[in-house]
Amino acid sequence: MHRTGALYGQFNTLEQQKDTASLGMWIFLVTEVMFFGGIMLAYTINRHTYFHAFAMGSNTLSLKLGGINTVVLLASSFTMAMAVWSSQVGKQKLIPMFLTLTIILGFVFFGIKYVEYAQKFHHHLVPGRNFDIAYCVNNPSKCEDIDAEDMDVERKEIAAAMAADPDLNAHAQLYYSAYFGMTGLHALHMIIGACLLFWLLRNSLAGAYTPVWNTPVDIVGLYWHFVDIVWIYLFPLLYLIDRHK
Amino acid sequence: MSTTSIATTGPALKLPEKHYLNSSWGIRSWLLTTDHKRIALLYLASVTFFFFIGGFFAMMIRLNLLTPSGYLLNADTYNRMFTMHGVTMVFFFLIPSIPAILGNFLIPLMVGAKDLAFPKINLLSWYIYIVGGCFTLYSMVSGGLDTGWTFYTPLSTVYSNSAVAPAVIGVFITGFSSILTGLNFLVTVHTMRAPGMTWFRLPLFVWAHYATSVVMILGTPVIAITLGLAAMERLFGLGFFNPAMGGDPILFQHLFWFYSHPAVYIMILPAMGVISELIPTFARKKLFGYHFVAAASLAIAVIGFVVWAHHMFLTGQSTYAALAFSFLTFLVAIPSAIKVFNWTATLFGGSISFDTPMLYAFGFLGLFLIGGLTGLFLGCLGIDMHVHDTYFVVAHFHYIMVGGAVMGYLGGLHFWWPKITGRMYPEWLARIAAFVLFVGFNLTFFPQFVLGYLGMPRRYHVYPPEFQVYNVMSTAGASILAVGYLLPMVYLTWAAFFGKVAGDNPWPATGLEWKTPSPPPTENFEVTPEVTWEPYDFHNRPDLGLDVAGQSQLAPAHGDD
Repeated sequence: MHRTGALYGQFNTLEQQKDTASLGMWIFLVTEVMFFGGIMLAYTINRHTYFHAFAMGSNTLSLKLGGINTVVLLASSFTMAMAVWSSQVGKQKLIPMFLTLTIILGFVFFGIKYVEYAQKFHHHLVPGRNFDIAYCVNNPSKCEDIDAEDMDVERKEIAAAMAADPDLNAHAQLYYSAYFGMTGLHALHMIIGACLLFWLLRNSLAGAYTPVWNTPVDIVGLYWHFVDIVWIYLFPLLYLIDRHK
Repeated sequence: MSTTSIATTGPALKLPEKHYLNSSWGIRSWLLTTDHKRIALLYLASVTFFFFIGGFFAMMIRLNLLTPSGYLLNADTYNRMFTMHGVTMVFFFLIPSIPAILGNFLIPLMVGAKDLAFPKINLLSWYIYIVGGCFTLYSMVSGGLDTGWTFYTPLSTVYSNSAVAPAVIGVFITGFSSILTGLNFLVTVHTMRAPGMTWFRLPLFVWAHYATSVVMILGTPVIAITLGLAAMERLFGLGFFNPAMGGDPILFQHLFWFYSHPAVYIMILPAMGVISELIPTFARKKLFGYHFVAAASLAIAVIGFVVWAHHMFLTGQSTYAALAFSFLTFLVAIPSAIKVFNWTATLFGGSISFDTPMLYAFGFLGLFLIGGLTGLFLGCLGIDMHVHDTYFVVAHFHYIMVGGAVMGYLGGLHFWWPKITGRMYPEWLARIAAFVLFVGFNLTFFPQFVLGYLGMPRRYHVYPPEFQVYNVMSTAGASILAVGYLLPMVYLTWAAFFGKVAGDNPWPATGLEWKTPSPPPTENFEVTPEVTWEPYDFHNRPDLGLDVAGQSQLAPAHGDD
């Protein structure tokens, strides 16, 4: 039995219960800001110190895939907002539909992220012993997913960056530490969010959320929007460092 | 002394028939409880367990330092001992001790709520603590770690051959328990106060925990990400802190101390909250400058966030940064001093009784004063150059952590033990234990100030023979201190089952938690209380049974018989 709008024992009124839950989620989001803040500080300092390596690393990412993922996540924020709205105005049938859409968009994001990660593994761009920023330009046959024109651009960029920073290969690993650290943490948050969405979906199919009581939809919505906002920062920070040519 | 008893004439006190301890039985009723009072007792058991593990490591350190040659441990084992002492005591004892035990038990009672805002999250935070503890225990039994409790990189991420990863992951996990506890307290204070419980009627214990929770909320996520990155660096080769890749170990220190200095205030602010309850109760007098003490808690929490780099004066940071951090360090002493002066002013003209909790409060005042002022020595750039990484630093922070936080913790435990268990501890034995603790503590740590001033560095398992006499004193003191810790553990446990029945408000004290039976019922209050009185006001409270002068007319339930 799940509780549809029931008052938990520690509260006196439903209103108090709802205020408490929202305040709790907002404070939790504050802790999340501090959590991501630590790694963003590490990113900022290293980007400042090793700009050439960070720009080079950024240019090896696929703008197309990152851009699509940004659109996908923004769309999922929209469907989430619609799910919250449906629960507030009592459109019971629409809640599971919008939740399902949100989940699907979340999984599209995971799928694209998986393609990107796999590419980085094949291109020897994962920090560690086998990291080689110039792996693809030296072994074009192993990187057939990069077309010849892009490969030429990358060769020139790496040569220029090497000239500016002889330790490029070491410092580019810092960029990829940031890339995997930040997008990995973001993905972890999306996985948690997807689990919460499944839970909402199950309850909403049972008609649990009404205009009187829809707190879970509301606060999971807050969380989902927060995770999207993190991506709104990550996309320019990681993909758009030096794209002005 | 006002505790001298005329109790024999009064009717015999009885425990309430139904209370939170006997409302349900069996292991499940404890492990799946969402009652904040039972969760507090779960924390009490587990925190005490870790305290004695940390104490064991401390004894190994002190025994080894009995002779200059390090007759007991080799250098490598010694490194592991002091590291595990620090990790256990800081992350598994000091940080959860007062908030998770006394705060958990008392905050809903003090604000007049039936429970914390999120009872299930409260239970979850205990389980997270236990999981984190298991990782750290695993690290200990698989050889321990030798990095120092600060986990400095690149030693911790690249060079150490000890079990760093499980310990770091353990501390990382436990951090979330602290975050959730802080979140629960903040929300509870905001939304769960009883009618009439305005912000400025909140006990200062609650204000102190509010400030503590702010630190937990803003600081702990930063150590979490920092240790997370360090763990990923050790396990998967990420490079932020690794100089071989161009990473910056100093960045780790900045991020580490951004939490770990405010963490000092997570440890001391709740103890200050306890002292703010003890002193008015046993001086029978309204606390002097309530608003200032409340604001001082918040000021400490805020300023405490901008002093962290005073741990890094010798890392080669810019002189101007060092100057700024030195100045801010002096600034944070001001709210602490406000508190100490206000407590002292409360004593003036009060009707003071020397019950055990008050003895701990006096102990706190003196020891915190020494610890705080030597902190200013260390915050002063010139002196820090000389005594950096010596026993002077060790003595300083033990005066704050043990002399301050642990004294407050034990004082609070004695004060609220009758509320928690419904029974009174043996008063004279407790006074003797408090005295033993005070003597043992000073004998352990005061010689370390001298040692540090003379130049003995910390974290070495051997030392020049001329330092031996102070080290022998310190080790002797540590043995006395150990007795001082074992005594309360034994008699408090005994008193929980066999002590004299205490009654609802044995002291008497003014807080809302004393308006409900001891031990309280599961739902805390039969009816939601309405608060109509000002905090610590003994004069307008006929229900306390005091006459106008504030002297007790009722006999206290314990006595000197």
